[in-house]
Amino acid sequence: MLYREAGQFKASYAADQAIFPITQDRVAVIAVLLIAYLGVPFIQGDYWFEAILLPLLIFALAAIGLNILTGYCGQISLGTGGFLAVGAYSTYKLMTAFPDLNILLIFILAGLITAGVGILFGLPSLRIKGFYLAVATLAAQFFLVWLFNKVPWFYNYHPSGNIEAPPREAFGFLITGAEATPQVRYVVILIFVTLLTLAAKNLVRGRIGRSWMAIRDMDIAAEIIGIRPLQTKLLAFAISSFYIGVAGAMMFSMWLGSVETEAFQLFVSFDVLFMIIIGGLGSLLGSFLGAGFILLLPIVLTNLFVGGLGFTANFAKHVEFMLFGGLIIFFLIVEPHGLARLWQITKEKLRLWPFPH
Amino acid sequence: MTMAEAGGNGADVLLDVANISLSFGGVKAIRGVSFDVQKGEIRAIIGPNGAGKTSMLNCINGFYHPQEGTITYKGRTRKQMRPHEAAAQGIARTFQNVALFKGMSTLDNLMTGRLLKMKGNFFLEALHLGPAKKQELAHREFVEGVIDFLEIQTIRKTPVGRLPYGLQKRVELGRALAAEPELLLLDEPMAGMNVEEKEDMSRFIIDVNEEFGTTIALIEHDMGVVMDISDRVVVLDHGEKIADGTPDEVGKNQDVIDAYLGVSHD
Ligand SMILES: Nc1ncnc2c1ncn2[C@@H]1O[C@H](COP(=O)(O)OP(=O)(O)OP(=O)(O)O)[C@@H](O)[C@H]1O
Ligand SMILES: [Mg+2]
Repeated sequence: MLYREAGQFKASYAADQAIFPITQDRVAVIAVLLIAYLGVPFIQGDYWFEAILLPLLIFALAAIGLNILTGYCGQISLGTGGFLAVGAYSTYKLMTAFPDLNILLIFILAGLITAGVGILFGLPSLRIKGFYLAVATLAAQFFLVWLFNKVPWFYNYHPSGNIEAPPREAFGFLITGAEATPQVRYVVILIFVTLLTLAAKNLVRGRIGRSWMAIRDMDIAAEIIGIRPLQTKLLAFAISSFYIGVAGAMMFSMWLGSVETEAFQLFVSFDVLFMIIIGGLGSLLGSFLGAGFILLLPIVLTNLFVGGLGFTANFAKHVEFMLFGGLIIFFLIVEPHGLARLWQITKEKLRLWPFPH
Repeated sequence: MTMAEAGGNGADVLLDVANISLSFGGVKAIRGVSFDVQKGEIRAIIGPNGAGKTSMLNCINGFYHPQEGTITYKGRTRKQMRPHEAAAQGIARTFQNVALFKGMSTLDNLMTGRLLKMKGNFFLEALHLGPAKKQELAHREFVEGVIDFLEIQTIRKTPVGRLPYGLQKRVELGRALAAEPELLLLDEPMAGMNVEEKEDMSRFIIDVNEEFGTTIALIEHDMGVVMDISDRVVVLDHGEKIADGTPDEVGKNQDVIDAYLGVSHD
């Protein structure tokens, strides 16, 4: 089927404001969802889930969170690793302190706790911008990781310093702990990611999203329209942190199972930042594309250079660094809207094809 | 001009600026300026570069806080007002250098201009349910009215950063109109435009004033335009008010002629 907008006249503003106004987009999204829900769960073999699908979904969720703050509201943050840790450690504390509490509820609570912490560290954003704000969030990153490392209460005084997810059930399925199957964990995470992506889409295309973008694009004009900068930025910090907190909760309890603060160091903050830069600032689709790209590239490179061409793993790693570096510079300078924008341009070309003028 | 004669008679005064002084460190931008704006009129503020015109608008909508003087709007006197409070009370404005939301489409810029008219319910919005959806549609309908009025239908979905300057100015007017303001402050709405664009813009300004009854205070350098569209003119020079009256009166005023002679402006 050709990708066409022409001929699809919208008879009402309601149709024009639908979540996917173009039929082909709608069909594509439904197809992806059908495969994700009805096909993928029947894949056998843990590798696909553990190495690719689970981290892809979890990091996409974190990337959506960061994109809300940085891509939509224009507030740069290097604290993602720290906020993921807040989600993980609050999940652990809640799971162990309240063994009977529904695990799905715990994920939401962990998100809310992270949102609170996000608001706290977002307060300086009223006074400082850009580079200085990045430094302030960097302080949050270091402080949070230090806190979870140094205060034994957070890891229940466990001698190893690790936190480990105990087994918990939801709707009769075991979804955390060593016995939970990757297929079940995948479906649970997928449901969360689907619902939260939908909510994010609704927020960014409505009143709240516009107030974020207004602050991002021209804060003076935004204020004169009646947008309150502090409230608007703090809401972005809160919602962004909520998403990252839920991602951290799942990363810990449903993907890795056992973690220490090492998993939430600064490099994770950069990874997620690179995901939204390469995927596309201010794009939800880009959050998925970026997460996929950053997670898959190393795997592809390792397979190609080490498996295929017989180079050392070290070599593959260096190629990876160079490629990432180059791509980030490319996207920052040439295409700040990332892969999502390249995709959109392709679609725009297709819309007119084969008559470009 | 009955408008001018009514000056000082408090009944129809929408905005009254009294003895405003504003300085930045040592620079005195405004020195004891008083004037009023009456309901329904088009009031021009003119003067050479650096006269303090933009600073005056910034005081009116709460962006700058004058050290002295009072601003009375709709009968309420405020020494200080925050920009969002001014917006909530029906004051909208455009900027001398276009200040659009560059990453958004024309439609989204206008919808953002209407933000204060929208009620917030976070959860309904996240779910895009019932009232939230209805509200979006109702406001979209209003904004489409503004789009038709300004004849910018064809650029509805275009990111405003890609538009030519003249159109950006028009979109910025649209964003201000989307708020349904009672008082519209325009800072050089025709700067940098060619003759045709200026004619269009003048027509829009007059139509806004006549059709919606919006009171307008505008800064403009083009004297021809000022003479054509404004009811009353206040003239500033070096932060002081040197004349105030109908365009004819002001045009004949010797102080005004002197202020403009030898002072370069476009
Ligand atoms: N934020 C500020 N900080 C310091 N000085 C300022 C500031 N804003 C304005 N000024 C000064 O106040 C004086 C009046 O400036 P203003 O911008 O109000 O003039 P204007 O009449 O709008 O001029 P123009 O026709 O060039 O736009 C100028 O001397 C200017 O340098
Ligand atoms: Mg000015």
